[in-house]
Amino acid sequence: MAWPPGDDVVEVVRGPEPGGPGGFYRAFGETMRGLKTTFRRQFEDVPTHQYPEDKVPVYPRFRGRHRLHRFEDTGLEKCVGCSLCAAACPADCIRVVAAENTEENRISAGERYAAVYEINLSRCIFCGYCEIACPFDAITMGHDYEMSDYHRSDLIFTKEMLLTEPLERTPLRAEGE
Amino acid sequence: MTLLGDINYVEPWWMQILKSLVIFLVVFNFVPVALMADRKVLGRFQQRYGPNRVGPYGWLQPIADILKLLSKEDFRTWNSVAFLHRLAPILSVIAAAGVVAVIPFGPVTSIFGTDTGLYGMDVSIGPLWVFALGSLAFYGLMLGGWASGSKYSFLGSMRAAAQLISYEVAQGLSIVGVIMTAGSLSLVDIVDAQAGMWYIVPQLVGFLVFLVASVAETNRPPFDLAEADAELVQGYMTEYGGSKFGAYYMAEYLNMLVASLLMVTFFLGGWWLPFGIHPPTWVYPIVVLGKMLLFVYFFVWIRATLPRPRYDQLMSLGWKALLPLATLNALVTAIIVVVSD
Repeated sequence: MAWPPGDDVVEVVRGPEPGGPGGFYRAFGETMRGLKTTFRRQFEDVPTHQYPEDKVPVYPRFRGRHRLHRFEDTGLEKCVGCSLCAAACPADCIRVVAAENTEENRISAGERYAAVYEINLSRCIFCGYCEIACPFDAITMGHDYEMSDYHRSDLIFTKEMLLTEPLERTPLRAEGE
Repeated sequence: MTLLGDINYVEPWWMQILKSLVIFLVVFNFVPVALMADRKVLGRFQQRYGPNRVGPYGWLQPIADILKLLSKEDFRTWNSVAFLHRLAPILSVIAAAGVVAVIPFGPVTSIFGTDTGLYGMDVSIGPLWVFALGSLAFYGLMLGGWASGSKYSFLGSMRAAAQLISYEVAQGLSIVGVIMTAGSLSLVDIVDAQAGMWYIVPQLVGFLVFLVASVAETNRPPFDLAEADAELVQGYMTEYGGSKFGAYYMAEYLNMLVASLLMVTFFLGGWWLPFGIHPPTWVYPIVVLGKMLLFVYFFVWIRATLPRPRYDQLMSLGWKALLPLATLNALVTAIIVVVSD
């Protein structure tokens, strides 16, 4: 299309020239309108979440910090130390060392168990591939997102830390919320 | 003694010291209140809470801010001029605080058996005193910018000075109408003359010009081109830190309070209440301070609403709109005063 377009294409709407009594009057009126707009904002609700006290509830499929699970009836660990999660992990943040279960020392339901299961949360990208890779649903992504710490070494979560319930539960979003 | 002005009656020396102390302590304590109101009210305008962590509802936040500024290192750049660098913020505070001396908070009353005016002093050259100290405040900014030894500070002080000079002309002319109507330069007489009707009604144009010029004079947004937080290196106080920056900051808020008090005195009837209500005398200072807070609220309201104008727009508003309006107002008022006499 040729530029500038003809008069039939675009109707140019111009305000009055700035300056002069007309512009001054208009500026005064617009200022009053602006004052009215901002004045009304004062009586509206504040959308701020007072964060540490008032946590935003997460969705059920929110991918937070990992959790390891046990069987509810026997109390045995679901993880059999197969290292599929470590293989699937794109950030290479999971370390699994497997060991054999014995009759007197039975830890998991399968043949082997994870003697060492560590997740380096400072590397984790929370993609959820470990959850998908796991054949026994032993590892899932939890709902906790408050994981900051003072030392990088404190961010390496061991098996015991991943197995226990979180101290503070993250609020879950209710149906239709 | 008529060196500074005729006070018409003799107050004992201890009463003069006492009331100056009381006035300055009360007005100075409104500086953190204004600071807090600025942040809290601005927060409500922008649909957020503002500071609410320090103390109940965050009301101790200014104390924390002041303590932080006071405990910081007192540094200056190597090529700054030490004496002037220290003097400049002090000048700013003195110029702002000096105006409070002439603000009337109430009529002459009897305190401890002596007749005392509820004001620092009743000078016969009230507005002149105000504008003389306002001009002195330039030196605070100019010296601060120049003595910092930084070109950004210097440019900032130039911006501030050009803006202040432009708007002081309009501000000075806008109260000429008030002075002519009251027939006196004494601020107490001006307030007394408003017992029947506040000057905001007959001097509406003068009031609007004074209001806009006051916002520009106090360097408050939208006329904060001297600092222009988001756009420029900060302005004349770029090289200042710690308690010296705190002094500039305090001078800015004190200037806001003083501008509010001046508007109350010139246009909003000082200590008079509308509809012929005559409360006991001890209520008068509270009325003045209440009206002052009204204007502080208005300053914040304006800040929340209007964007910052371009520098040439600022100058053309000052010289091409406000100055002719103020002159016209003075002219028309003069004619009406002469005709109605």
